[in-house]
Amino acid sequence: MLARDNHQPLLKHTPLHAVHVASGGKMVPFAGYDMPVQYPAGVLREHLHTRSSAGLFDVSHMGQIALRPKSGRLEDAALALERLVPQDILAVAPGRQRYAQFINAAGGILDDLMVANFGSHLFLVVNAACKAEDEAHLRAHLSDTCAIEPLVDRALIALQGPKAESALGKLCADAAAMRFMDAGPHRVNNIDCFVSRSGYTGEDGFEISVAAEHAEALAKSLLADADVLPIGLGARDSLRLEAGLCLYGHDIDTSTTPVEGALEWSIQKSRRSGGARAGGFAGAEKILAQLEMGAPRRRVGLKPEGRAPVREGAPLFADITSTEQIGAVTSGGFGPSLNAPVAMGYLTSSHATIGGRVFAELRGQRLPLQISPMPFVPNAYKR
Amino acid sequence: MTTLFTSDHEWLRIEGDVATIGVTDYAQSQLGDVVFVELPKVGRSLKKAEAAAVVESVKAASDVYAPISGEVIEVNEALGSEPALVNSDAAGKAWFFKLKIADKSELGGLMDEAAYKAHTA
Repeated sequence: MLARDNHQPLLKHTPLHAVHVASGGKMVPFAGYDMPVQYPAGVLREHLHTRSSAGLFDVSHMGQIALRPKSGRLEDAALALERLVPQDILAVAPGRQRYAQFINAAGGILDDLMVANFGSHLFLVVNAACKAEDEAHLRAHLSDTCAIEPLVDRALIALQGPKAESALGKLCADAAAMRFMDAGPHRVNNIDCFVSRSGYTGEDGFEISVAAEHAEALAKSLLADADVLPIGLGARDSLRLEAGLCLYGHDIDTSTTPVEGALEWSIQKSRRSGGARAGGFAGAEKILAQLEMGAPRRRVGLKPEGRAPVREGAPLFADITSTEQIGAVTSGGFGPSLNAPVAMGYLTSSHATIGGRVFAELRGQRLPLQISPMPFVPNAYKR
Repeated sequence: MTTLFTSDHEWLRIEGDVATIGVTDYAQSQLGDVVFVELPKVGRSLKKAEAAAVVESVKAASDVYAPISGEVIEVNEALGSEPALVNSDAAGKAWFFKLKIADKSELGGLMDEAAYKAHTA
């Protein structure tokens, strides 16, 4: 009944690998790295601990990239990056961060990312599985105006949950004063770090970029706090799913646009039709039209009415007998904070009505799901 | 009463011509926190190696296969309301279903406890 682990050689290690192993992490291959899927506490307790206290996540496999304007003027880097994303990057103030997507010529999402303004340069955090392609994409399109510098010798530690502020505050006097999406250099435990007040769990929290050589000491200092437990990728996935956040390669990819993905909240007015810098990015024609006219399909939240989790790939139908598929689940599992199964997926727009009911086909049965607003668990960001 | 095991981490408790079937403690430790169990319908006739039940953790779904052929005569309804029993008492209260054994010769291919211990060692 259990699949055997496929032992994969040549997996990369993050700077925190030894900490995971020492903490009893169950290591699995993920995006080319040997990563902890869970610790002895287990996914359920790790999830609930993050929502009630604080969890420490190693996200060092993600890509960190500095985008430096050759002119020395940050606005040149911001305007250059705006050619690749539909977001207003010029308006990201120094010390602030914004969620964005790299878009291809067809309007599809190449990756989603965070963009921070560090004054002299932009600081990007991209997905692990996409980082080589993202770097090549930046070099291909922005080399005329920007130096593209992958920061390969850095770790990234996420500290998430209601006690993240107090836990980080013991090592970083500035932590409590930061607001959601503030980002910049801070001293943590007397080490120079880049700290943002952000994360991917729906909780308040921080992401801390630190030089690889100091990563282990910093992680151990944070884990020494009784409120902080190490959290694996399993709980990271259930936390982000309850928060209604997309997992790249599952809920969004090159076949989905930001409007189809219900991410139009992340596209500022200045880049839309009639805005100060309308369009001017790859895929703009399609995305601007979809912003005005709507998209043929939409990402929606789905709550199975029964207890059975409905997982990625399950086809969706309008009723129990219909043979016409109207969508599919892209992420699904069990939400420990909801104590119920939870999912998200795409539906033909005419069916994508909050409060509506659709049916997933699972093991030869049609199971009802409610189309639900997201997030499933309210956000706890410190705005 | 004899207890036998499969290489897929199920146990069978044989009493006369009835086999009570569950998953082993080793299996539950590998699965992690169980949040849902789907059981076969009473009266269903299962063939050996046929998917009989589903056990789901937060992260993944796993099939439980019929270790021998037979007719389902009883299922453990308690697992519907309390799937975490699989984690707390895999070898006892968290039995999955009972089969009326169709062919006792199929028991010959199963492991005893010592062999199963060696299998998971």
